[in-house]
Amino acid sequence: MDALGILPQQLVFGLALGAIYGLIALGYTMVYGILLMINFAHGELFMIGAYVGWAVLVWLINAGFGGLHPVWVVPVMLLMAMSLSGLLGMTLERFAYRPLYTRGATRLGPLISAVGASIFLQNAVMLTMGARMKVYMTSVLFPRSWYVQVGSVRVSVLVLMMISVALLLMWLLNVLVQRTTLGRCMRAVAEDREVAAVMGVNVRRVIAVTFLLGSALGGAAGVLVGLYYTQIDFFMGYSAGLKAFTAAVLGGIGNLKGAMVGGLVLGVIESLAVTFLNPAYRDVVAFVVLILVLVFRPTGLLGETVPQTNKV
Amino acid sequence: MKVMPATRRQVGLAAACAVAALVLPLLAPNDYVVGVAARISLYATLALGLNVVVGFAGLLDIGYVAFFGIGSYLYAFVASPHFGIHLPFLMALPLVVLGTALFGILIGAPTLRLGGDYLAIVTLGFGEITYLLLLNLDRPINITNGPSGIIEIDPPALFGHVMSGNTAYYYLFLVVLALALAACHRLQHSRIGWAWQAIREDELAARVMGINTTVAKLQAFAIGASFAGFAGALLASWQRSVFPENFLFTESINVLAMVIIGGMGSLAGVVLGAIVIVALPEVFRDLQAYRLLVFGLMLMVLMIFRPQGLLVPRSVSTAAKE
Repeated sequence: MDALGILPQQLVFGLALGAIYGLIALGYTMVYGILLMINFAHGELFMIGAYVGWAVLVWLINAGFGGLHPVWVVPVMLLMAMSLSGLLGMTLERFAYRPLYTRGATRLGPLISAVGASIFLQNAVMLTMGARMKVYMTSVLFPRSWYVQVGSVRVSVLVLMMISVALLLMWLLNVLVQRTTLGRCMRAVAEDREVAAVMGVNVRRVIAVTFLLGSALGGAAGVLVGLYYTQIDFFMGYSAGLKAFTAAVLGGIGNLKGAMVGGLVLGVIESLAVTFLNPAYRDVVAFVVLILVLVFRPTGLLGETVPQTNKV
Repeated sequence: MKVMPATRRQVGLAAACAVAALVLPLLAPNDYVVGVAARISLYATLALGLNVVVGFAGLLDIGYVAFFGIGSYLYAFVASPHFGIHLPFLMALPLVVLGTALFGILIGAPTLRLGGDYLAIVTLGFGEITYLLLLNLDRPINITNGPSGIIEIDPPALFGHVMSGNTAYYYLFLVVLALALAACHRLQHSRIGWAWQAIREDELAARVMGINTTVAKLQAFAIGASFAGFAGALLASWQRSVFPENFLFTESINVLAMVIIGGMGSLAGVVLGAIVIVALPEVFRDLQAYRLLVFGLMLMVLMIFRPQGLLVPRSVSTAAKE
């Protein structure tokens, strides 16, 4: 089939992938918005979410779903992965990052600490789970025969589920940030940490909750990616994290809507690159677009919502 | 900041370190240790180049290893059977350094308007693109030979003597490191060094004071890249082969960690950082599979207890008190 013929199909894949990028990007952008810090270990929390989901799936399949209707399997996987990734993210913040920013380290100190955390988590997973990839038995939940045909485009139920879960989680986060007291506190801390503290906001708690939420979304993305690609390994957080961070910057870092838009744009760009160019250059195209956007519109597509700082 | 004359204690310490470095191969229990020491010297030179960009000029570059890769491949192009060109070592070196510096300007130019972390992301993008091009430019025209890399690279020949063995390379790298240290020291206390410091502290103020920030930043990129090009050529000639995998993003982060762990902007700190980052995983080699786990943990612990780095240069420590 010619390139134009497979384009709609590729666009669907691009949107699905983009939704996942967006979900992971939210974790980067939330933390950056508040601490101006690139949490390099975020990709690893995504990876650990994928492993938790895998473990739950294996356990449930072996237990004959434990009397659970199969419809509930994915929610249980998501819930477990989000809880564990979220708690782990909060633990990281408490022990690896907080001691640094409360002691007035340069902004690069936490970055290196996060790199250390990333190496640590990768190897911890490799040592406990083995270096070989794990296989998600997705076909038990989503048989290949489940798809919706729209013209020439075939959309599997799995992809529909992925996109809906990602959009649902993004919507929930948006409601939380825009409509609740906690969300108002988060925005206040992002705006100006010191003023927020003076106004009675418990800054430390807000930062901890930010890590909890961002990491939980990363964990959920891990489960979705596991179900979609069916193979996971301890190194999967590296490239996914890099892409998601690119998406966050593309949309305008610190900007929640920007992360979602950046994710979708990146996913679609990649699907176009795969369709019209050599698939080997998929990532090259993604990074070239990122550089062009930043050079001509340095605050991302939707603009940043954090104060610009030039200090390293 | 005035140029501080080195105290007697500092001179003594530097001399002791130099003597220790010179006699190390004699005391090393085996060739493997000499190889590790050679790698430390090479990476210290590389990290000094990044220190010019990040530590001196305050431009966060997290794709620095791209220049290391470009230098390695440029050397491989002009000194291997790949293109059938075999330039002598001392002729290839300046060409490689010049070529890499040009790439530094090329990549630096579009980023000049960007501040802080946006610059970091663009450099990350360039780093990834460089890696992917090294990996994929074997088709349609074979330039980099793709994932199989370039092999059978010529070893350096100095004055008719072909180098071999880790000890010879160790001394070569040590000489290069000494030259790099001297160059950095001169740069730091020169006009351009002061301009970089001014840009690092406050770019707008620097511009008001009449510093051409565009030129100064490009100079930082070009000089940083030329250090990396030099180190890259040395790596290629030492390994006698280059592969795209040598220049992954993780390597950039490793080099950045060297600069930060030692204490940004401090030359001795950068060398100390290179020792820590290269030697720590070797020290933990007995732990086998657990070695990287412990390395990651050590990075976190180090940053928690020494958030400013191991050696803090005077200007940074006063600035941090604000």
